[in-house]
Amino acid sequence: MTRLSSAQRHLVRFTLNGKPVQGEAEPRLLLTDFLRQTIGATGTHVGCEHGVCGACTITVDGELARACLTLAVQIDGCELRTVEGLAPAPDRLGVLQAAFRRNHALQCGFCTAGILMSLDHYLRAHPKPSEAEIRDLLSGHLCRCTGYTPIVQAALEAAAELAELSRSDHRDV
Amino acid sequence: MAKPADAAIERDVDRPWVGRSIERVEDAALLTGRGRFIDDLGTRPGTLYAAMLRSPHAHADILAIRTEAALKVAGVVAVLTGEDITALTSSLVVGVKAPVQCWPIAVGRVRYAGEAVAIVVATDRYVAEDGVDLIEVDYQVREAVIDPLKALSPDAVVLHDGFAGNVASDRSFRYGDPERAFAEAPHQISIAIKYPRNSCTPIETYGVVADYDAAEDAFDVLANFQGPFSIHAVISRALKVPGNRLRLRTPPDSGGSFGIKQGVFPYIVLIAAASRVVGRPVKWIEDRLEHLTASVSATNRATSIAAAVAADGKILALDWDQVEDCGAHLRAPEPATLYRMHGNLTGAYAIDNVAVRNRVVVTNKTPTGLNRGFGGPQVYFALERLLQRIAVELGLDPLEVIKRNLVPAGSFPYRTATGALLDSGDYQEAIARGVQGGGLAELKARRDAARAQGRLYGIGYTAVVEPSVSNMGYITTVLTAAERRKAGPKNGAQATATVALDPVGGITVHVASVPQGQGHRTVLSQVVADVFGVAPADVRVNTEIDTSKDAWSIASGNYASRFAAAVAGTAKLAAGRLAERLARVAASQLNIDFADVVFRGGRVGSKSNPDNSIAFTRLAALSHWSPGSLPDDVGNTLRETVFWTPPELAAPDDSDRVNSSLCHGFIFDFCGVEIDPVTLETKIDRYVTMHDCGTILHPGMVDGQIRGGFAQAIGAALYEEYAYAPDGSFLTGTLADYLLPTTMEVPEPTILHMETPSPFTPLGAKGVGEGNCMSTPVCIANAVADALGIKDITLPLAPARLAQIVRGDEPAAPAGGRAPVAPRAGGNDRKLRGEGSASVGAPPQQVWAMLLDPETLKSVIPGCERVDKISDTHFRAEVTLGIGPVTGRYRADVKLSDLDPPRAVTLGGTAEGALGFGGGEGRITLAPDSNGGTTMTYVYEAAIGGKVASIGGRLLDGATRVIIGRFFTALAATAGGKPVPSESWLTRLLRLIGWSR
Ligand code: FES
Ligand code: FES
Repeated sequence: MTRLSSAQRHLVRFTLNGKPVQGEAEPRLLLTDFLRQTIGATGTHVGCEHGVCGACTITVDGELARACLTLAVQIDGCELRTVEGLAPAPDRLGVLQAAFRRNHALQCGFCTAGILMSLDHYLRAHPKPSEAEIRDLLSGHLCRCTGYTPIVQAALEAAAELAELSRSDHRDV
Repeated sequence: MAKPADAAIERDVDRPWVGRSIERVEDAALLTGRGRFIDDLGTRPGTLYAAMLRSPHAHADILAIRTEAALKVAGVVAVLTGEDITALTSSLVVGVKAPVQCWPIAVGRVRYAGEAVAIVVATDRYVAEDGVDLIEVDYQVREAVIDPLKALSPDAVVLHDGFAGNVASDRSFRYGDPERAFAEAPHQISIAIKYPRNSCTPIETYGVVADYDAAEDAFDVLANFQGPFSIHAVISRALKVPGNRLRLRTPPDSGGSFGIKQGVFPYIVLIAAASRVVGRPVKWIEDRLEHLTASVSATNRATSIAAAVAADGKILALDWDQVEDCGAHLRAPEPATLYRMHGNLTGAYAIDNVAVRNRVVVTNKTPTGLNRGFGGPQVYFALERLLQRIAVELGLDPLEVIKRNLVPAGSFPYRTATGALLDSGDYQEAIARGVQGGGLAELKARRDAARAQGRLYGIGYTAVVEPSVSNMGYITTVLTAAERRKAGPKNGAQATATVALDPVGGITVHVASVPQGQGHRTVLSQVVADVFGVAPADVRVNTEIDTSKDAWSIASGNYASRFAAAVAGTAKLAAGRLAERLARVAASQLNIDFADVVFRGGRVGSKSNPDNSIAFTRLAALSHWSPGSLPDDVGNTLRETVFWTPPELAAPDDSDRVNSSLCHGFIFDFCGVEIDPVTLETKIDRYVTMHDCGTILHPGMVDGQIRGGFAQAIGAALYEEYAYAPDGSFLTGTLADYLLPTTMEVPEPTILHMETPSPFTPLGAKGVGEGNCMSTPVCIANAVADALGIKDITLPLAPARLAQIVRGDEPAAPAGGRAPVAPRAGGNDRKLRGEGSASVGAPPQQVWAMLLDPETLKSVIPGCERVDKISDTHFRAEVTLGIGPVTGRYRADVKLSDLDPPRAVTLGGTAEGALGFGGGEGRITLAPDSNGGTTMTYVYEAAIGGKVASIGGRLLDGATRVIIGRFFTALAATAGGKPVPSESWLTRLLRLIGWSR
């Protein structure tokens, strides 16, 4: 493992939503700050910086991660997915996103990016989730606006719709 | 669940848009990561970043602040302290008449844990925080007062010299003839309650970007402030500029507020002052620990309430005694929390005689401010617990007691004893529908069945009036009538809306409503679309505010549930005025009667002859392209701004009656709860909430508001409390300590509606967003009281608290335990005591020598950077240690006494660092063991405070064990023996350095 100098900035190269990006980071720079301030991907939000609220949730090499508990230099060479990568086109929402809009599953939208990332990741592996499973999954996210039920409802609706679609072999979550 | 807006509905031009749950125009951007929250917006090149040093003490004098080391850090541009701020700004105005000052930063003295002490401005946030760590402050600690009732006591420590003791205000009120009613009533029933501190804690924290222009002596500030914009006057005054030199703007999106983001305003003053000092823009984004510790909080309140009651449960009089705790400073608009409900102190009931004593006290806690429900939770917790007690004490059904006292149907608008004008409603009908639709009979059967099995099951009820659209004059009820006359009248609630038509007929709406997720843009597009006969998609809405360009007034902003009732209604009025003029233009263009004009389906035409019409866009564009073809008396049809204030919101009258709010919705809740007999966990079996909020503009959003408020109320009832130790240390500084309910804790309530339009608002709508924060905590408390048959209930109903109520205090732990005894959060004694022993593989003489040798100490104490020997028995150490997310430097001062070499020594001392402080004393004894080594035994007593106390015992305990382990490894290695995994005097030393609990 390379030893990094705290006094220096290091080049970090990674894939963000399928596109190669790079930027420089001091070893202590949090991934949240790196993504938001250096790379300019502000869709990932910061609610607590101590791993509890879930607003900063992204995937790193296919695994869910709290960006606020990750250092930027740790993701060198990794594949990251963030909320900016969920929609199939800039003017079109994915199935899960559309279900959120339909169900009023967001109000201020500050928690939403992290919740979408967790659900997107989960639904890929669990096409037929129960309400209890969705609630359990989302217990790692705090939302202060919605009271959660519309989020759970949106997730279940999206899962059903995705299951439909996957029969015709579309996989846009 | 809202239905998708399908195409058939979209084309239904004859149905109004208002009342439909259309999809929100806000959502697409938020769902794709393209929201524009304050920290998502770019800043000017050269913008600097601020970080704050905050007080670890709840109450202390600041003897010295040393900033030299911080200023030496490359990238640190400036450090501001209280002295700088007092030189640059004026004190924030205080809402009562008293010679006290209210600064946004500590000046000479800190009065709550987390109070800002210094601001470091640097090239980025990381560097600014480096600077914060290097500032050294000498504090002389004072005793702290935390409890509002103790703050009243004559021997309590005093926070401000300008108040009488700690009492900022003491007013008594009398309506009707309460003395006589109490004297004559057959029953007097009373209850005393303490409503805790909590906060609706948005997920996005505060943010401010300030830019000072020296050439014009003007500030340009961007902040996720939510209003009320009466605070604009407070800020400009503090910054010593006229209002037109404070440009206050809000970002397009705000990550929730619930009242909380009103509290950003002291930071606007600080960051603006910092920008002035450095001559560059300065940005500050609050972190979560800062937010929980020191942003703002709802008030906690101690209330005694008594009722004079007839035999049938009819309440003849109420006697309120409220002691409101506003924290360390009375920050604007406090003491508004206490007076917001003044017109509604009789709740949903017809009670003619009321006595009130209202006291406002200051304590060593974070200053309070707006928080969803604002005064409602505190008032209804007392009033509705009292109603339940009346039922219990008189042997009546609680719902019967509620019904017997309701404001009679058909008596609206109804003037309450304390002055509110209840606009509309039919409470009896709402209750009947709630009982029916919510299945009360079935719930009672469930309770009976559960009880028959010996389970702990209870039902609670509440009936509350939910006020909305605050009278900007209600707060002056805190002044006497004479003081009010002197100060000049305050009343009304100016709402504003602007509707503009562009050169191709596009419709733009601007309001100064500053939403934080409530979907204002969507609702306004519906309201205005209905007026012009177009689709919501044809209307673009902007809800940001820029005080230098926009129409706004002191009531602007998003609070007191004023949007639907006041702002949306005002937009309708503005659009209506334009439409009226457009109709006259259309009449002349189409050669039809004005009365025959209709706006429909994107066209303006004749009702009687649908073929005679003109496209709305064409008509709307006329004023731009061809003003000459408009009829002479029409005026412009380009833009209309309406200011609307309801005449019902008069100033308090000379007998202190005040119509504190314009609208009054009604809520009837009931719930069934079951309590686990072993864990005493409260489980909500069913919750029913019946709302009458007048005309519903968007059913999906109304239900969203109800669910959201309900979830926060579940938190307030069961989990959330801003907890303070008796010394004023703040104990709930992370979201792992301040527990917000998650998907697992929030059940789905049964939501029922009834619509009685308000006669006072343009759309008939009333506020709805705050109601469950008022009704739900006490409804759950009433159910728990019913389940357990208890009277005194304090929120949150954590199992430990219920255990204390039901089973009494826990017995003392058996003697002889080795582990340090962790203090109980909120307990009376936060001292850490412990004892234990450990083995080291070296004889006592050698261990003794090591303990007294600075070099050995330095090599075995984890994170120790230096140990200076001041004398043989006096050491100074510098240590850097990290626990969980916080790493900090500590300066420790350690003295040895009662030396009995090589057998025993007493260590005492203090430690202080950016992350906290500690102090304590302990005795170590060394005894030879049979293997030529040493057994060390120790007892200690210590206390810690500051940031480390706020981040939670789980982290501290675990981290301490790790640090102790490292110490032993090192000590044993140095002594040539094997590490023995146990605790030792280092536990104590670390404790002295501020490191464990
Ligand atoms: S910001 Fe990462 S979990 Fe809260
Ligand atoms: S939508 Fe606001 S926090 Fe979840």
